[in-house]
Amino acid sequence: MHNATITSLAAGLAARRFSSVELTRHLLSRIKALNPKYNCFITLDEEASRKQAEAADRLRAAGRGQPLTGIPVAQKDIFCARGWRTTCGSKMLSNFVSPYDAFVVERLNAAGAVNLGKTNMDEFAMGSSNETSFFGPVRNPWDVNTVPGGSSGGSAAAVAARLAPAAIGTDTGGSIRQPAALAGICGLKPTYGVVSRYGMVAFASSLDQGGPMARSAEDLALMMNIMAGFDARDSTSLEREAEDYARHLRHPLRGLRIGLPKEFFAEGAAPGVVKAVESAVAQFRNLGCEAVEVSLPNMKLSVPVYYVLAPAEASSNLARYDGVRYGYRAPEYADLADLYRKTRSQGFGAEVKRRILIGTYVLSHGYYDAYYIQAQKVRRLIAGDFAEAFKRCDLIMGPTSPTTAFRLGEKAGDPVQMYLSDIYTIAVNLAGLPGLSIPCGFDEKGLPVGLQIIGNYFAEARMLNAAHQYQQATDWHLRAPPGIEID
Amino acid sequence: MALSLDDVTRVAELARLAIDEPEARAALAQLTGVFQLIAQMQAVDTRGVEPMSHALDVVQRLREDKVTEGDQHTLFQAIAPHVEADLYLVPKVIE
Repeated sequence: MHNATITSLAAGLAARRFSSVELTRHLLSRIKALNPKYNCFITLDEEASRKQAEAADRLRAAGRGQPLTGIPVAQKDIFCARGWRTTCGSKMLSNFVSPYDAFVVERLNAAGAVNLGKTNMDEFAMGSSNETSFFGPVRNPWDVNTVPGGSSGGSAAAVAARLAPAAIGTDTGGSIRQPAALAGICGLKPTYGVVSRYGMVAFASSLDQGGPMARSAEDLALMMNIMAGFDARDSTSLEREAEDYARHLRHPLRGLRIGLPKEFFAEGAAPGVVKAVESAVAQFRNLGCEAVEVSLPNMKLSVPVYYVLAPAEASSNLARYDGVRYGYRAPEYADLADLYRKTRSQGFGAEVKRRILIGTYVLSHGYYDAYYIQAQKVRRLIAGDFAEAFKRCDLIMGPTSPTTAFRLGEKAGDPVQMYLSDIYTIAVNLAGLPGLSIPCGFDEKGLPVGLQIIGNYFAEARMLNAAHQYQQATDWHLRAPPGIEID
Repeated sequence: MALSLDDVTRVAELARLAIDEPEARAALAQLTGVFQLIAQMQAVDTRGVEPMSHALDVVQRLREDKVTEGDQHTLFQAIAPHVEADLYLVPKVIE
């Protein structure tokens, strides 16, 4: 049961081979046994999960089951869930019990999904290794001395370890795709504006997007059908006709043009990563695709641009944490300014403070034009590179991450080294494009490699089609970490 | 643009972050590294390029000027650290 995809679990539930209560109980007992090893869950609430599972079983018995009804889904602890502690991986919100549900959570609840628990993450989504969490690092199920990636590391590890069939995550600079790559699972960041950010704790508002993480492209499509949609409460939510993200899955790929940016294959990526990605491209050629070389000349500027824009937006979004209305409050303070300073200094971790300082600096008087405005201009150049490339191809492919899972502590001392892990993913957020990572092999250490598929705006169904066809011809996405028994 | 210790303490004050001298020095060293990375971006010739804040050509959506939210202060104040008589309590500001 714990190795099954959503599609197969939904069939099992519909055929009454098992109930949602049984499935949920089974996963919760696995989580109790394995969470101490991986630390992927911050909060569990067995009773709340069981109640949702019971309600889902009643819906199915009444003939009102939908694809996600009764399916347990882990939720990155950045999504507000009413009545659940929602910490964002931070001391600042370690006591925050949300009074409302995020849009995505509302949608999952309405579909009859079961909240399996809140997953660990880099603090306020700032990180690429899940080492900055106040609740301790997450360990990669493929090798517990390595990181699962971040910031959605807990969600990725939970799905990889078969503790949850699916999870929701968020991606601002790669935080769904990079952990999906390092943990050997599938993750999708939708086009900016497709998934409502209402109730998703804000990091960088022009970049943040929520998205699904699961073990197959088909499962991602089923999740997207629940998660996507207009929401008036998010001012950047796009009004579009509803679409079925699974509608193209079975189309043959003959004639699909794949763009391979030369900058993605230049030095920088580990040889084991390049080898697995090149094999994947060869497999797509076997499926009838044509590969063309394209160029994204401004790609390497994406890291400095991001590290101006994201901290700037974060410094503004995190100004709300002041100990007054919710969350952590310093126990002692001399006056109001001291309350703010102490609450924030005690409540935030080092990486968050570092980014707030960078953001405040680049927005401050005298520096705004040189940094923030300049970054927004270079952002347009980066988006323009993709527009040019998409004139000659339908989808762009390359490695998701330059390396496979690195060791805990290896990059934590040097922020710039950590930032460079996002070199292939960041430009996609800057341009607002959709990006997907799927497993495509292993390196010489047996660690998973992720293939990134980037589409033009609103091309998610086409991207999932390519991934699904690849997954019919290969089995990388079915592999489980050593020691995880699959029945 | 090299950062100085004064820059760090000034910015920390703007961001309402308390930072003592050893922390400020450590922050300065790390921020200097980050700003060296950022310098690559500053060197780019962007004359004639419009800043981009949003990928797609959309405008801010407006809605009717009608009250749609109800009073939920009891729910929201239930999780506040210090509340009395429906007011959030903070140290006195006026002398």
